[in-house]
Amino acid sequence: MKIVFILLLSLITQLAYALSIKEVASGVYVHFGKHELPNKTNHGAIANFGFIIGESCVAVIDTGGNPKQGYALKKAIERTTDKPVCYVINTHVHPDHIYGNIAFKQPGVKFIGHNKLARAMATRAAYYIDKADEQLNVKLTANNFIAPDTEVTKPLTIDLGGRKLTLTAHPTAHTDNDLTVFDLNTNTLWMSDLLFIEHIPVIDGSLKGWLSELKRLEKLDYQFVIPGHGPVVTDWPKSMQPEKQYLQLLLTDIRKMIAQGLFIEQAIKQVGYSERKKWKLFDQFHKRNVTTAFAELEWED
Amino acid sequence: MKNIIIKLWVFALLMLPLLATAAKDETQWNKVLKKQYFSGKTIKESNDIIEIDAPYRAEDPALVPIKIISKIKQTKDLYIKKIIVLVDKNPFPFVGEFGFTPETGKADLAMRVRVNTYSYIRAIAEMNNGQLYMTKKFVKASGGCSAPIGADLDAAMKRLGKVKFKLNKNSKLGEPLQTQLLISHPNITGMQMDQVTRFVKKSHFIDQLKVTFDDKLVLTAKIDIAISADPNFRFYFVPNKKGVLKAEFSDVSCESPTSRSMCSKGKEYSSTYQVNP
Repeated sequence: MKIVFILLLSLITQLAYALSIKEVASGVYVHFGKHELPNKTNHGAIANFGFIIGESCVAVIDTGGNPKQGYALKKAIERTTDKPVCYVINTHVHPDHIYGNIAFKQPGVKFIGHNKLARAMATRAAYYIDKADEQLNVKLTANNFIAPDTEVTKPLTIDLGGRKLTLTAHPTAHTDNDLTVFDLNTNTLWMSDLLFIEHIPVIDGSLKGWLSELKRLEKLDYQFVIPGHGPVVTDWPKSMQPEKQYLQLLLTDIRKMIAQGLFIEQAIKQVGYSERKKWKLFDQFHKRNVTTAFAELEWED
Repeated sequence: MKNIIIKLWVFALLMLPLLATAAKDETQWNKVLKKQYFSGKTIKESNDIIEIDAPYRAEDPALVPIKIISKIKQTKDLYIKKIIVLVDKNPFPFVGEFGFTPETGKADLAMRVRVNTYSYIRAIAEMNNGQLYMTKKFVKASGGCSAPIGADLDAAMKRLGKVKFKLNKNSKLGEPLQTQLLISHPNITGMQMDQVTRFVKKSHFIDQLKVTFDDKLVLTAKIDIAISADPNFRFYFVPNKKGVLKAEFSDVSCESPTSRSMCSKGKEYSSTYQVNP
């Protein structure tokens, strides 16, 4: 009996392991992920995500890289405030940001995402379920993919009680379904994976689209900017420059190769290696970035 | 104690080749594909006629650049007539059957393919005299066929059917000229199936391609879902005069990603390019 109790207790504590969170601005809480490849040891728990507390309720911004992390986030919110969660905002379709969604699926919680998020979930779910099992040792079903109740096309403002968040659906950049969250009270932009610090940027949308969003956003003033990977930014746009330079280098050098009639294999071998020392996980993502970018740029007129 | 360690080492060393064969498995080829495509025929395994080049580890399984290099000239007397490309362990292993003529000059061929798991990619050349030569390369990739539809589906759909020719500018009259043919088409495998919002996609891909130079056949291709989105081919032809390079192709839509019994014909496309060597 005692053993059963201990087992149960350890199970409960395991399920709700304490998630580290940090209040980066008043009422804005972030869990900072580690720069690792998603694998069977970290079970995909690598990204930044968190929540913002208003006077009447809480908005969750991304839910973590596996269901367990989602439940841990829920516990962390309950430890921090007694206000209920009213919104779950998914910043894009990638597994490290949405696999905790299931922890928040309950009446009264509204899921919000980019107008192309549901389609991206739909086209990727089967593949992602396979990969989660194979690479993360995480068992998922179609139920883990929760399409948004509210789809964002034009900027949408939601009210958490004395706190307005503006959600913006971006044109194709990091993915084709990037959403950012602006908190007016603290002048914080939650950029998620439109911004990578330290961790090499990963292109799964459009290199050109991403650069043009960065060039637009860098003209704006923000007190705090929260990246999808890496520490909070308090010197916007300075800390974003390495990302812009990396993407710009790919654009310039790949365009040059295409103009010379060179091939994707050559670009993969030659482009961008001067950036190798500047980024974590460069070897894991760079060649793929060049591949994606080349396939995009060869269709320029 | 020492003895046991030595025994363990010997055992481990004996196991190594076993492990390697387990990973580099050719059962699919030996038991199924060989019979399916070359029933009763003798195939020589050799890199003397063609050789395949592919990355050992594919960075993007949905876009694996591969290259088949020919070792002989295409002449009227002896030429490579056909090259069949297969990815052993893909859900639909057939990548394509490519036809060449003496006018091709050089039967080199590069393309981008989807590779679904660790697998051999093999190319079998059929000579005009009927002899068969096979080359193969092992590729580590994972998930290429079920991988999400390209990064930006809307952009891809907008330019569907668009064609680009890119010819090496230093062409010499009468010498094989390298040509790139880019076709914009999402080449949907039909395996990116939805369980979330019932967004089921049928396969929708280019199945036939023909390239001619002044109406003379340069390259024919019967291709399938293992060709990456935005099909991209490099091949040769011999421009012996000014002329028109023409690509004609068609697409098809099939109910199942792995069966070709229930398909409906799609559109026909055509594009030309003026060659001035």
